[in-house]
Formats: sequence, C-alpha cells, structure tokens
Amino acid sequence: MTVIDVLATALWVVGAVFFVAGTVGLLRFPDVYTRLHALTKPDNVGLGFIVSGLAIQSSELAVALKVIAVWVLLLVVNAVSCQVIARATWNRGIRPWSRR
Amino acid sequence: MTALDLVFDVVLATVMPVLVWRILASKDLASSVVLFVALGLVSALAWARLHAPDIALVEAAVGAGLTGALLMNALSWIGAEAGVTEPVSRATRVGVGILVTAVGVGLAVAVIHLTQPVGLAHEVDARLADAHVDYPVTAVLLSFRGYDTLLEIAVLVTAALGARLYAPGSVPGGDDPLSPHPRVLARVLTPIVVLVAGYLLWRGASAPGGAFQAAAVLAGGGILLVLARVLRPPRMSSIAVRAALVAGLAWFIAVAALPLATGAQLLEYPSASAKQLIISIEVALTLSISIVLLMFFPGEPAPGEAARHPEDRW
Repeated sequence: MTVIDVLATALWVVGAVFFVAGTVGLLRFPDVYTRLHALTKPDNVGLGFIVSGLAIQSSELAVALKVIAVWVLLLVVNAVSCQVIARATWNRGIRPWSRR
Repeated sequence: MTALDLVFDVVLATVMPVLVWRILASKDLASSVVLFVALGLVSALAWARLHAPDIALVEAAVGAGLTGALLMNALSWIGAEAGVTEPVSRATRVGVGILVTAVGVGLAVAVIHLTQPVGLAHEVDARLADAHVDYPVTAVLLSFRGYDTLLEIAVLVTAALGARLYAPGSVPGGDDPLSPHPRVLARVLTPIVVLVAGYLLWRGASAPGGAFQAAAVLAGGGILLVLARVLRPPRMSSIAVRAALVAGLAWFIAVAALPLATGAQLLEYPSASAKQLIISIEVALTLSISIVLLMFFPGEPAPGEAARHPEDRW
C-alpha cells in the first residue's frame, strides 16, 4: 500500500463515521426538522471526505474532477431538498418539536 | 473476488428482498413509494456489480429517479390516504407464496446448473467491426437488433398517448408554496442536465451511455422545471410537442426504409455513412424519448382535482 492509499482509506473511514452518525440521528431524532438536519448536514461532510479520498487516489485529473463535481451537485441538491421538505412540513401546520 | 466484494454482494442480496417485502407490506402508499425509490438505487448498485453499467445507469435514472417522481406525483392526485387495500384471503396468500417460491427455486436451480458462461458477448465482439460503432451494447441496440429498438420506440410513443388520454394534464395555479428554492435549483441544474445528457449521448458510441440514458436525464430535468413552475407540462395540442414526440420514430423509420430503395435489406445502413446515421438516430431518439417520459408526468392536479378517484373525473 502506498502513502496515498493509506491516506485515502483514512479519509473514507472518517467519511463513513459521518454517515453512520447521520443515520443514527435519522433514527433517533424526534421530528421532521431535526431528522432533516441529521440527514443532510453529516452527508455533505461525509461525502466530502469520501470524495477527497477517491480524488487523491484516482490516477487521472478528469476522474478526480468528476467525483468532486458529484459532491458539489450533492451540496446544492441537499441544501434545496432540505429547505423544500422543511417548508412543505411547515405549510402543513407541523411545528418543530420542543422539550417541555 | 475479494472477501470485501463477497460481503458487499451478500448485503445487497439481503437488502433487496427485505425492501420488496416492506414495499408490499407497508400500509401507507407514501412509505411504499419512498422504499421503491430506495429499491431502484439498490438495484442500480446490483447491476453495476454484475458489470452491466448501461442497465445500472437506466435503473438509477428511470427506476429510482423518474418512476419515483411519477409515483410521488400520482400520490398528489389520489391523496396519500388512498392506500388502504382490500385484505387478501389467507388461502390466496399461501397459494401465491407456494407458486412464487417454486418458480424462484426452479430459477435458482437452473442458474446454478449452467455449466458454461452463456450469452452472446463473444459473438458480438467478433462481429463488432460490422456494426460501425465501437461499443457492443450500442451495436446490439441500433445495429444487430435495430428492429427491436425501432418497435420499442413505437411502443413508447403509443404509451405516451395512452398516458395523456388518462391524465389530460393540469393547469398550475397560483404561486408555488415552496418557492423560491425549487426555482433556484431548476435554474442551477438545467444547464448541467443538458450537459450530462449530451455527454451520455456522445459517449454511447464507445462507452456506457446512449439515447435512453440521455433521455432519462433530460426528462428528469424537464420534470424539475415543471415542478418548479418554470415550464408548463407539455401539451399534446402543441405542434412542437407532437413533432418532438414522433421525431425519433419517424427518422428511425426513414433511415430503416431508405436502403430498401437501393435493393438492400430493411435497416441495412450503407457502410460508408453507418456511424453518422446511427448517431443521428440516437440524437432523434433522445429528443423523442425524453418528451415521451415527460408526457407521463401530468404535473400538479388543478384545484379541486386532487384526492378524487381518477374514474370520478369523467
């Protein structure tokens, strides 16, 4: 294994930790708004780490740029879908959970 | 195959039946639809693992993306509560279960007993030079079995007509309650969608990709524009829509029939211009298939149209 491989694997493991944390949040959090938070935010960071690992490991610049483009698109789509679902939920009259 | 590959495949093979079971057993339609999208993504992964990147691309774009959007849209027409189905009798369930298990076991036994790799990949590779394209899947679709693809396009156009007869389209009313985000997303993504579709289409001659994948991506972009209320759903009364619908079929038939005039066979491309003709068919097909797929998508129900059973509208 080269240094690049070790570094890439480390980045993937860190990325996977964020995905697991997000999934735990999705299962454990009390309402739509908090679950959206758990789903979209860690995924952005987690995929960022995984994409970084893939990018430094790829032999061609074109491949590296393509996986980075995938990540940028996910950032845009995640941000919008989070807002849209939250707004649709709000419009239906569902209010955020609060500890009483 | 490494141990990690094996673990991944076992997880995939376990997740798929569980997802199917949850889709069928789920009491409300909204969760069934979400799980169906998840199943589409897992299937795409499975196709990729089976070294079928073309089918994986189509499955991800059509199976998960477009079909998911269509089913979600259908929910907005019939109301998410319309999911209660009649209970099926125990005898029927047991009978169907035995039948399905028998077929499944039979198929599994048949596959395990295959002694040698089957398929026509070897023959296709041997004759690839005759097809005038470099990628075997495109060669089969448009050259060796062009007749099948021609008929498929005719079926698709007919299906679009049928879909519009049943759901005649809607008038978007008022402001988007979710604005401005979908509109911004549509604005950002539309150029990228066109770029990706063109890329998939162009690569189809030499690598995974082609008309179907490109059309699915374009149609996805179109649905986003309709949902964001940038575009109205395409109307059958528009001449441009009609022309786009039949362009692929008409051009395909023209190219297929032209050799007949010179005494050649149906679909026998003249070898000097075969590659250009195949690419021109792919471009026309991309346009038509994307409009066909978009025609399946009726947009949002007009006010008062929602939550009524489709039959009541007539």
